Amino acid sequence: MSAAGTTLLAIGTKKGLWLATSTDRATWSLSDPLFLMEEIPSVGIDTRGGRTRLFAGRMSWHFGPCIAHSDDLGSTWTEPKEGSIRFAAEDGAALERVWQIQPDAESRPGVVWAGCQPISVWKSTDHGETFELNRGLWDHPHRSEWGAGFGGAAAHTVLPSPADETLHVAMSTGGVYRSDDGGTSWEPKNKGISAYFMPGPEPEFGQCVHKVARDAVDPDRLFAQNHHGVYASTDRGDSWQSIADGLPADFGFVMLSHPHRSGTAWVIPLKADGERIPPDGHLAVHRTDDGGASWQASDAGLPTSEFNAVLRDAACVDDADTTGVYFGTRGGSVYGSADEGRTFQEIASHLPDVLSVRAAVVLA
Amino acid sequence: MRTAATDARGAVTVLIPTLLRAYIDGRSEVSMDVPDDGDVASLLDGLGEGRPLLDQRIREETGALRRYVNIYVDGEDVRRLDGLGTAVPAGSTVMIIQSVAGG
Repeated sequence: MSAAGTTLLAIGTKKGLWLATSTDRATWSLSDPLFLMEEIPSVGIDTRGGRTRLFAGRMSWHFGPCIAHSDDLGSTWTEPKEGSIRFAAEDGAALERVWQIQPDAESRPGVVWAGCQPISVWKSTDHGETFELNRGLWDHPHRSEWGAGFGGAAAHTVLPSPADETLHVAMSTGGVYRSDDGGTSWEPKNKGISAYFMPGPEPEFGQCVHKVARDAVDPDRLFAQNHHGVYASTDRGDSWQSIADGLPADFGFVMLSHPHRSGTAWVIPLKADGERIPPDGHLAVHRTDDGGASWQASDAGLPTSEFNAVLRDAACVDDADTTGVYFGTRGGSVYGSADEGRTFQEIASHLPDVLSVRAAVVLA
Repeated sequence: MRTAATDARGAVTVLIPTLLRAYIDGRSEVSMDVPDDGDVASLLDGLGEGRPLLDQRIREETGALRRYVNIYVDGEDVRRLDGLGTAVPAGSTVMIIQSVAGG
């Protein structure tokens, strides 16, 4: 991050999009709402190629979902004339919600991925203007057996590897799938991840993986927050090991990895499936610096009593030299940390339920 | 089907809800020609011609009317008639409006 850089924090809520900006990550300016009364379950910030493109996955309960983008930091928004993302008539499906907008690696300029409901992955090769359905996953023989979590049946995580053609997708419910060929073919990768809500032994797929994050330095290393269970993999998802020891609860939605350092990740635990509140009403961000062997809690600057959950994409890191950590609650509070999650301050309050946040140092 | 304010013989009036007017040059109503056997689906085909973003907000990719969009032909909810196959006689008024929904 340059000293003069501006950090943009996009805050997608149940009733619109807000943009917060700061030059020091201590004092923030909050925009008026954009797309008021539309859900914004996904936002994306693409700073590749020397420009900033901002994405919003919009969802009007009346008029359906779409993806819009802005090249002027949110002043104006564009939706391609024919729309950006739509099933073909022969697919027999209608797009319900865009859960994830993920720019690919620097080495693949122009490629942007989207994870959607119904469970589907989409690829754009024109900087997110238009998206094409990934047929390998859509035609997967398991698809008829994938289910819906409480929020709907969605591919909510798309993780392209910067190292090669590896691509991981996580879905609720279905679990983790991996492609080794850029998305042509897919295999379930859930060995070691529990599915306590299903009878019998641990299944090959069907897990309710809430969020997966890839280690920035070692792309073979992954972290997963499951529907009960926190896991890590060091072999690209071939096997998963529990890293929940040391956390106050193994339920939650958030999983963040450090953008520059290996082995560092953050989670925000909730008490349990049946009690989706911070444990004992005590909101804290928990961090590991050793790949999950140990955890440290941070609550400095957070409220002493909080009963709202933090959803899977309502947390993010920025790309500054000293990483910023951000999250928002279903109570409409947004917190930010400029010191890698050690201390937090409230950036916004009394917004609608926060569904998605993304932050980046933006290019003016 | 074509939009044709000049030919009143087979014309129907389509009322556009406020939230969708941005996709049709700000217009609140459109006069459109309909054939003798015209129905709501063909009316929407004509309305959406050259305006895919408008059509996408009324109908899903499958062609189905979006769950929280209602269409009335002369005051009758097409869901209580023949859905998008409901006939649209010349001289009728077709109202497109969002339903009561939202949190």
